[in-house]
Amino acid sequence: MSAWRLRVKLRSATGLLVSTRPTQRHTSPYGPLTLCRSLSTGSHLRNEFFKDLEAQLAAFRKKAADALPGSSWSPLQINPNLPPERADIVIVGGGVLGWSIAYWLKQKEMVRGGVRVLVVEKDPTEHLGVLNEDPVDLQFNQSGYLFLASEEVAHIMEENYSTQRYAGAKVSLLSPTQLKQKFPWLNTDGVVLASYGLENEGWFDPWTLLNAFRRKAISMGVIQCCGEVTDFKYTTDVLRTASGDTVDLKRIGSVKVQMPNSLEYQPVECAIVVNAAGAFSGKLTEMLGIGSGPKDSIAGIPLPVEPRKRYVYVVHCPDGPGLDSPFLIDYSGVYFRREGLGGNYIAGVSPEEAEEPDTSNLEVDYQFFEEKVWPCLAHRVPAFEKLKVTSAWAGFYDYNTFDQNGIIGIHPLINNMYLATGFSGHGLQHSPAVGRAVAELILDGNFKTIDLSNFSFRRILTQEPMLEINIV
Amino acid sequence: MSAPLTSLHRCCQRSALLLHVARQRWSSSSASPPPLHTRLLLFLTQRFYDVEMLLSWRSQLTRNQLQKKNAYYGYTQRFYGLDLASAYFILSLKGGFRFAGQSEWFYADQKGKFSWDFLNHKDTLLEEVDMSYTVINYRGLCNLEGQRSLRTLKLRGCPEVDDWLLARLHVFQDSLEDLDISHCPRITTGGLAALRNLKGLKRLDVSSLPGILSPGLVIILLEEMLPQCQITATGYDYSLNDAQGEEEEEHMQRQR
Repeated sequence: MSAWRLRVKLRSATGLLVSTRPTQRHTSPYGPLTLCRSLSTGSHLRNEFFKDLEAQLAAFRKKAADALPGSSWSPLQINPNLPPERADIVIVGGGVLGWSIAYWLKQKEMVRGGVRVLVVEKDPTEHLGVLNEDPVDLQFNQSGYLFLASEEVAHIMEENYSTQRYAGAKVSLLSPTQLKQKFPWLNTDGVVLASYGLENEGWFDPWTLLNAFRRKAISMGVIQCCGEVTDFKYTTDVLRTASGDTVDLKRIGSVKVQMPNSLEYQPVECAIVVNAAGAFSGKLTEMLGIGSGPKDSIAGIPLPVEPRKRYVYVVHCPDGPGLDSPFLIDYSGVYFRREGLGGNYIAGVSPEEAEEPDTSNLEVDYQFFEEKVWPCLAHRVPAFEKLKVTSAWAGFYDYNTFDQNGIIGIHPLINNMYLATGFSGHGLQHSPAVGRAVAELILDGNFKTIDLSNFSFRRILTQEPMLEINIV
Repeated sequence: MSAPLTSLHRCCQRSALLLHVARQRWSSSSASPPPLHTRLLLFLTQRFYDVEMLLSWRSQLTRNQLQKKNAYYGYTQRFYGLDLASAYFILSLKGGFRFAGQSEWFYADQKGKFSWDFLNHKDTLLEEVDMSYTVINYRGLCNLEGQRSLRTLKLRGCPEVDDWLLARLHVFQDSLEDLDISHCPRITTGGLAALRNLKGLKRLDVSSLPGILSPGLVIILLEEMLPQCQITATGYDYSLNDAQGEEEEEHMQRQR
């Protein structure tokens, strides 16, 4: 009996050491004198005080640690979301191109931490920040593309076929009978020739690619910032040409990054700015005065990139083409592809120049589907007469009004701004290659792997469009 | 004669490779936390640059070794011809093959030793190739691309066979009749769409592919895509009950 009581006393003693809870069973903190139930209300408050004591002691310890030198507390609360005050390279635009450039810059730097890269994105989503070594599954659907050509454009398709074969792409040309045999659900009316991809052709999930680039770049030390670039601080060198005209050469000194929904901003001093802002790249260069000079000078030529709204519709058709349906692109411009396994398809078309939708919002026009997309789809694939639109979205193309091809390289009037924009809907497929090319341009000074000098701004100055010879 | 012994050796090879495969898939199918040494390594990697560098060297080394094994045997092709080069490639990767018109199979044993008798058959095309449980990947397939009369291709349990290799199989579209890609962990639904070109296929085995998420639906779509083909798809749990959804996941993971 006594041993049990001794053990209990020991346990209670250790209990005292571990926590500051003095009350156990029926004893009160004031010893055995008040063993009976006390009638005063004061003891209840005193009990609460001692229950709180532990929490209060912890808060006191934390405050003491903060006040001592060596802690990071400061009376001026600084917004943790602000970008750093200095960065070597600021990439304006956190789309797939921007993050691809950031990844390749970090991949190519010779020493760890060689370049300090900041990516500024106006409208990001969640940030994971996990050190991952897993291979990334892009969900690449190896179903190939199928381009259909009518009689007028068949010769262009044949030329393209020989170019593609020469470059090593595994494509094949199909006649209407072969088409009918391969794809019995297709209506080959008006189709004279078709180009079908055999190997390494298909579609993948762009969001996965963007996230893969972002996570890898962040794991290698790129800083991400959610904000909008609203202004530049630059210095101007005024040079005089042989004929006496003045040319202003600008050099960006710092970038003003505005925090979302607030008046707070942070000027980031930088050495190089990369314009990967997509549909809003034109607006960015306007801030530097490009396009507002006299009409017949270089400063008067604006960056010809503007946002164009495009609709994509998700439709459901139970009897549509199966697992082998390729990404079909008709010569009228209408396209569709299979999405998932449940009979869903994604369809759309590029509108005519005269009927470009309004770019002030991202509202979807379903009337456009019924007038422009559905008739062509139903004509090409009779099974699509019975379909239902389940959802749709709209997005902006960074449309190059000059020749619908990308602009890569330094701007002639701004010494340290690199352009990587204007891909007019092809940015995703070009993103890994263009990212590496721009990283080479910045770190090595010249293109090393693929020479993309044909894409420079020079062709806009000399007004020589480089149009893609395709049938759409 | 040596065939039963070699098949016994290959059984042991098989289990070793499957374990390796299971360990690799740990990180992607993480229902339970990874083992202690993996967690310790990850902890150290996040804190020390040296550990990170050593681990990246190790993964780079394994990748280089894999690419070396799957290199293009151009030298052999120049001196011995396409067919002997393909045969040599298959034997170096510890696979097996059978010449067209012969009934004898040539195998390499577990240690990589093989007999050089196959050199006697010059300029004979290969008819059946068995590369099960080898480390062939899409680059290595370029050594087999000259075999336009290939009828059977077995790629059972290969850890490096993925969608890109399936896309490259279109070169055999006229002759290939039997394809076995079961137990390959890297194949996904997108890669199965690449089999659309193999119109002459008569038998296809897609059992126990851990990368496919809704196997029942995918098998039905495959059957529609290849109407003349007989598709074998065992090792999947087709239970439809939603309440048993969790059990189904556990079952699938146990199979992996």
